[in-house]
Amino acid sequence: MKKLRRKVYMTAGYNTVSLGTGRKEFNPRKPRPGVEHYIKEAGQGVLQQIGGAKNVDESVIGNFMAGRFNKQGHLDGFIPMIDKGLSMKPAVRVEGACASGGLSLVTGIRQVLAETSEVVLSLGFEVQNTVKAIYGADILALAGWFKNRKKGHAYFFPGQFSDRAGAYYEKYGYERTRKGMARWYANAIENARLDPTAQEYHNTNPDPYATALKMQPNGKFFVDHLTVLDCSKVSDAASGITICSEEGLKRIGIDKKDAVEVVGFGHAVRDITSDPTDLTELETIKFAAHQALENAGITIDQVGTVETHDCFSIAGILAVEALGLAAKGEGADYVAASKTSRTGEMPINTTGGLIGWGHPTGGTGVHQAVTIWQQLTGKAGDAQINISNDRPYGLTINMGGDDVTVTSIVFKRGE
Amino acid sequence: MTYNERLENVAVLGAAGKMGSGILLLTAVHMADLSLQNKDKTYVLYAIDVSDKALTGLMEYLRVQVRKLAEKKTVWLREMYADREDLIENFDIIDEYIMDVLKIVRPVTAVEAAYNSNIVFEAVNENRALKVKLFTQIKQHASKDVWFFTNTSSVPIHLIDEEALLGGKVIGFHFYNPPAVQRLVELIKTDNTQQEVVDFAYEYAKNLKKIVVPSNDFAGFIGNGHFMRDGLHGISEAQKLATEKSIPLYQAIYMINKVTQEYLIRPMGIFQLMDYVGIDVMQFILNVMNPFVNDEELHSDLLDTMMEQGVKGGQYSSGAQKDGFLKYEKGKPVAVWDIDKKEYVPFDTFKADADAMLGVLPDSATPWKATLKMKNKEEVFNKFYSDLKSTNTLGADIALRYGKRSKAIGEKLVADNVAHNADDVNTVMLTGFFHAYGPINNYFE
Repeated sequence: MKKLRRKVYMTAGYNTVSLGTGRKEFNPRKPRPGVEHYIKEAGQGVLQQIGGAKNVDESVIGNFMAGRFNKQGHLDGFIPMIDKGLSMKPAVRVEGACASGGLSLVTGIRQVLAETSEVVLSLGFEVQNTVKAIYGADILALAGWFKNRKKGHAYFFPGQFSDRAGAYYEKYGYERTRKGMARWYANAIENARLDPTAQEYHNTNPDPYATALKMQPNGKFFVDHLTVLDCSKVSDAASGITICSEEGLKRIGIDKKDAVEVVGFGHAVRDITSDPTDLTELETIKFAAHQALENAGITIDQVGTVETHDCFSIAGILAVEALGLAAKGEGADYVAASKTSRTGEMPINTTGGLIGWGHPTGGTGVHQAVTIWQQLTGKAGDAQINISNDRPYGLTINMGGDDVTVTSIVFKRGE
Repeated sequence: MTYNERLENVAVLGAAGKMGSGILLLTAVHMADLSLQNKDKTYVLYAIDVSDKALTGLMEYLRVQVRKLAEKKTVWLREMYADREDLIENFDIIDEYIMDVLKIVRPVTAVEAAYNSNIVFEAVNENRALKVKLFTQIKQHASKDVWFFTNTSSVPIHLIDEEALLGGKVIGFHFYNPPAVQRLVELIKTDNTQQEVVDFAYEYAKNLKKIVVPSNDFAGFIGNGHFMRDGLHGISEAQKLATEKSIPLYQAIYMINKVTQEYLIRPMGIFQLMDYVGIDVMQFILNVMNPFVNDEELHSDLLDTMMEQGVKGGQYSSGAQKDGFLKYEKGKPVAVWDIDKKEYVPFDTFKADADAMLGVLPDSATPWKATLKMKNKEEVFNKFYSDLKSTNTLGADIALRYGKRSKAIGEKLVADNVAHNADDVNTVMLTGFFHAYGPINNYFE
């Protein structure tokens, strides 16, 4: 990919609470906020930090399946609802399954690079608690090829990643892999407890590692090779961030120190109608992440923190290998040794990731960028980790489907 | 006729009632599951009831309940519909299954529909003459070797057999309320019940994932044999308390209800349970049982008074509790009936005095709900009841007396040969009434 032709920044991120099981205020029997609420809250949360809607040139909104979860299409039409100042301005909705949020970001980046905009409002959301999990599984399955749905599991995507986990167990050993997966879960919970918007913020389990290690996968009740703790939950949430040029930063009155610079990004898509060549490898993630690093002109050892797409714990472990942090077959050991914990060698998913913070499918990519912005600019509150000068970069990986659509972005604090 | 063949044509009498609708649901789902595995057969289930309105409600109940059950076994259903290329998503498969269950059910008001059935489940009112009349009619006109499964909770089965001339093709198959949730079934065979009927009943119960406790054929069987006497004891304790302490009966009812819930660690107090069952139903069952009992009088003037005053308890079709001895708000008791003034007296007006009279519970007390998942229940109960024995309070006295009486009732059921053994009595009270411990225990010695 070509070097970026001008500087692009992100700033003024905002997350709603990730609502779903685990949050004290969540009650499946009571009415909950809808699509409008989430779009408005995240949008206004960003606008308040950048001097209002008048400063925005155009908007992008990422969402996966509002058409079925909420029976609502035509989502760009909701952008002017956020603020009248967005009326009669361009807005576009993007969709790439669970990478919709990442597409919202790279679309905004491209708009700034194309010089059609100096300030872009980028949003992502999903409101999924409208249906029971057994029907939600149908809707999320549309991130796969529909012709494979019939032969798939009732819980289609857990089934897909269960197959990956099963292949990994067989190749590299069950016990050591389960230890890595249990540690992944424990890290997610412990990090989420430090972020008040996280879905697992109220989790009080004194020993999440022991709980996850004790629980065994049981195909009779769920899928063969994963437990429910290996899976991200059903979430309602939205995130927003501003993508802008240097000129845009000046317009919104935000100092570069309070922004992150996009120093490189990757974006790749694999054929949805073909099966993965190797179940124990995430080839598109590997490709897109390395593309992003190359585009930024850095190597992984210069990265201080990563936000990766752990819709399932096995996806987290495979991403560790795809990034080259551990060799093939050793990702589980790397995680089990706590090297991805918030104080470890490479802190990953420092606000809980998809398993801990939540996974509002179309919003996740934007949430990842907000977390990296918070960490690199010292705005992460209780969840703040130490970013050292020799490893100043942050990296995001957002995946749609079974390693089909991937966006990856490298960030550095503005200077 | 094989097990599956016998289930090809079934009728449920009283299918739209509280018990009947549950029995119909479980049977319809079981038959639909068989039909998915035997696609060349046709399964028919007649839902027979006197009320067209109730049958309409029944179909709505089935639609909702079958969906809930289907959502829990979607993995299995996907296998069953694997050859149906038009059914792809869970949505499609669950909808198809609901239709497949409903397709089996024929709601009708004509009892003649049962004439071709191999099995007739009966869940009509607890009225012996009505049961006998229906069975006689069906037996006379039956085109098949029909078997009768009665859900009676009190009428001796051998009397039904003899009066309806069923030739031993009848068995007591007593579900607990609500049948779709409660796992206990009391199985009552007579000396005359055919072995093949018994064998079928066990297999059917197993397929419905029920816990079977065999009871001998004495009016009331084990469950009502214990509950009715336990309830009458509660009433007499309340009356005694009112007299001895010179307090109004309604206050004594509140106090006994509290002791039986909190001190005996039960899911609800005895007066709330009588309301749950229904004061009318309780009176009815006592009337059925009493003629068969020689050494005691199973009757209560207080129940008669309540009935005369039109206060009956029981449940609305939504499952919500109707007011009885106690008045309920959002399912919780808040007031108690005063038979003298014929009105409810709010707990608030006397609760402090009543609670003070009962005294303080020992620290080792545990609410019933907290005991559900306990692994060391016996230890916890031993400690609590040993503490209670050294507590000199009115509440402790009543509770200890109550526990002993409950045990004596259980032991008498064994001695009278109603139950085969103490374990069966305990199983019925644990699974059918959700007691935290069986009545035959050593906590109160």
